[in-house]
Amino acid sequence: MYRYDEFDRTLVAERVQQFRGQVARRLSGELSEVEFKPLRLMNGLYLQLHAYMLRVAIPYGTLSAVQLRMLAHIARRYDKGYGHFTTRQNVQFNWPKLADVPDILEELATVEMHAIQTSGNCIRNVTADQYAGAAADEIEDPRIYSEIIRQWSTLHPEFSFLPRKFKIAVTGAANDRAAVRLHDIGLQMRRNLKGEAGFEVIVGGGQGRTPVIGKTIRSFLPKRHLLSYLEAILRVYNQLGRRDNLYKARIKILVNETGAQEFARLVEAEWAEIKHGALALPGEELARIEAYFAPPLYEPLDAVAPQFEARKREDPDFARWVQTNLAAHRQPGYAIVNVSLKPVGGVPGDASAEEMEALAGFAERYSFGEIRVTHEQNLVLPHVRLSDVPALWAALKAAGLATANIGLLSDIIACPGLDYCNLANARAIPVAQRISTRFGDLKRQHDIGGLKIKISGCINACGHHHVGEIGILGVDKKGEEFYQITLGGSADENAALGKIIGPAFSYDAVVDAVETIVETYLDVRQTGEGFNDSLARVGLTPFKEKLYAAH
Amino acid sequence: MPLIKDGRPAEDPWVTLDDEAPLPLDADPIISLERWQAERETLLARNGRLGLALRPDQPAALVAGDAARFSVITLTFPKFSDGRAFSAARLLRERYGFAGELRAVGNVLRDQLAFMVRCGFDAFEVAGDDAPAAWSEAQSEIGVWYQPTADGRPTAAQLRGREGVAASRTY
Repeated sequence: MYRYDEFDRTLVAERVQQFRGQVARRLSGELSEVEFKPLRLMNGLYLQLHAYMLRVAIPYGTLSAVQLRMLAHIARRYDKGYGHFTTRQNVQFNWPKLADVPDILEELATVEMHAIQTSGNCIRNVTADQYAGAAADEIEDPRIYSEIIRQWSTLHPEFSFLPRKFKIAVTGAANDRAAVRLHDIGLQMRRNLKGEAGFEVIVGGGQGRTPVIGKTIRSFLPKRHLLSYLEAILRVYNQLGRRDNLYKARIKILVNETGAQEFARLVEAEWAEIKHGALALPGEELARIEAYFAPPLYEPLDAVAPQFEARKREDPDFARWVQTNLAAHRQPGYAIVNVSLKPVGGVPGDASAEEMEALAGFAERYSFGEIRVTHEQNLVLPHVRLSDVPALWAALKAAGLATANIGLLSDIIACPGLDYCNLANARAIPVAQRISTRFGDLKRQHDIGGLKIKISGCINACGHHHVGEIGILGVDKKGEEFYQITLGGSADENAALGKIIGPAFSYDAVVDAVETIVETYLDVRQTGEGFNDSLARVGLTPFKEKLYAAH
Repeated sequence: MPLIKDGRPAEDPWVTLDDEAPLPLDADPIISLERWQAERETLLARNGRLGLALRPDQPAALVAGDAARFSVITLTFPKFSDGRAFSAARLLRERYGFAGELRAVGNVLRDQLAFMVRCGFDAFEVAGDDAPAAWSEAQSEIGVWYQPTADGRPTAAQLRGREGVAASRTY
């Protein structure tokens, strides 16, 4: 993991003191709420429906056990005993008091964490593949470049007042777990013909009210030019991005209105001016950061662990959990273990202080003290010996954290919705909870197989409904909550936007509608066919007929 | 509007001219880009200093070859959230060789001062009696920067490199 040196530490400490001053100016009345708003938003502090919400950055989703314990401490001391892991690999606290926030930030700084740029029209916390450094399908560890981007983007003097927020995602693997085609900039690591590693640069993806799949503007960017190329993109955007309409201010609109080819030309022209300048990555700095992400000291192990295999044969519950929650590790004898934060009927992404502390302990015992946060709102123990997996499973089970549903129907992404958010039109969390409860029988879910349901409480699409195989969007119809359903979306390397199936369903009817869709899928699917494959083959019609037959 | 230059209150010898107004003989004028483009030859023939006001929708590239002819360039922040002038400032300083006074005007807030200085601004039109003190305080709040920009302050990466050199010498 990256560790702060004196420079990183000083910057975060100074930022805490700066914000302490700003909060004091607000509390004394020197600053009005209107004047304070842009300042607090630069530090991840939102004013929601009922209270302030503090969003803490988890850069590229990597946490140490010590950091996770600190999050538990903050949840207990300053909040209501829980935190919420978000689709941007961050964590949110929903009930902090304004006067406490500087103290919270000061405590976070002691474990090298902060809330810088988790909101505002700036470059937000950079996200990455949650399996970074462990995945079997990876070219290079994306965290090295994510950390370089984190430093470059932190308090960037030129790009802190962009037309709109700006999100960058990085993956080092061909299987895209970071949704790089749905970010303002997506960086997909590739090899060129010479075998050198670099990046495919994708620009202008995003969700919200205008969902767009990003476009590749450069098929191969050598690594040493990463920052100058990013700076060129941002500079073009900062100058030309629309500032007349909040809803047309994201870079995706600029790319669409300019045309991807012309946009690429503008970026290349700007880049030509700066590519040999001070942003070229010096080899020593790259090596310095790379060293922090060196693999942990794995033991040489056999690829097969007999006690693990035996347990799978003997215990169907364990076998089911292994099937969904484990992923292939590049190191023989190790596995990546996903910890679901989606218990049956639970709030997606919430974790209590006790759960965080338990997981910190498991990470120390079984995973070199490392934890990852996924954009699907789960946690990951990235480096677990296969022979330890049965013991870890038992421990997770005792802590209520062994739900065997990763990638299944109840592994739902949901935004906070009307329960917290002042932008929402409808509740999202209770819909997720009701669906999860309706399909509470995990055996049934395993029979259904992989299925991604994503729920947003409004058109801003924080719940990623556009890219759910089943997407659910809350809308307001004359003061009542209704839910529009889309089918066929995907956030991975086959990125696609879902299609609206028909008229929206009421809060009471939406769970039945989901069940009808699932039953229809089971009727039409051929052996081994996933939801989107079946949908592509049979089209929307069978689903429409079943859903709207009674009308 | 009071002017702060290099951290201190300063007299402002410049007058901003309407496009129709005749050029003054006894003061230094700041003119619009439109006027510069329309009367370039006349203005160049004139003795005396010249200032230029660029609006946020006028990219710095429009004066790429002429930047050095001006003694002052003003860039406008129409509102807190409009950050186009940050890019314009860096381009003027780092690419177009502008070495004169780069002045921030409009909605200029102390909480943006550090960013402005880093992008190359050295003069600011700001309101309030306490402005100089508040502004000098705002400038020292953050002492570590990661980005190489117009003010030439060493970045964290550059300082790390120097430390490495120093450390290796002691062995």
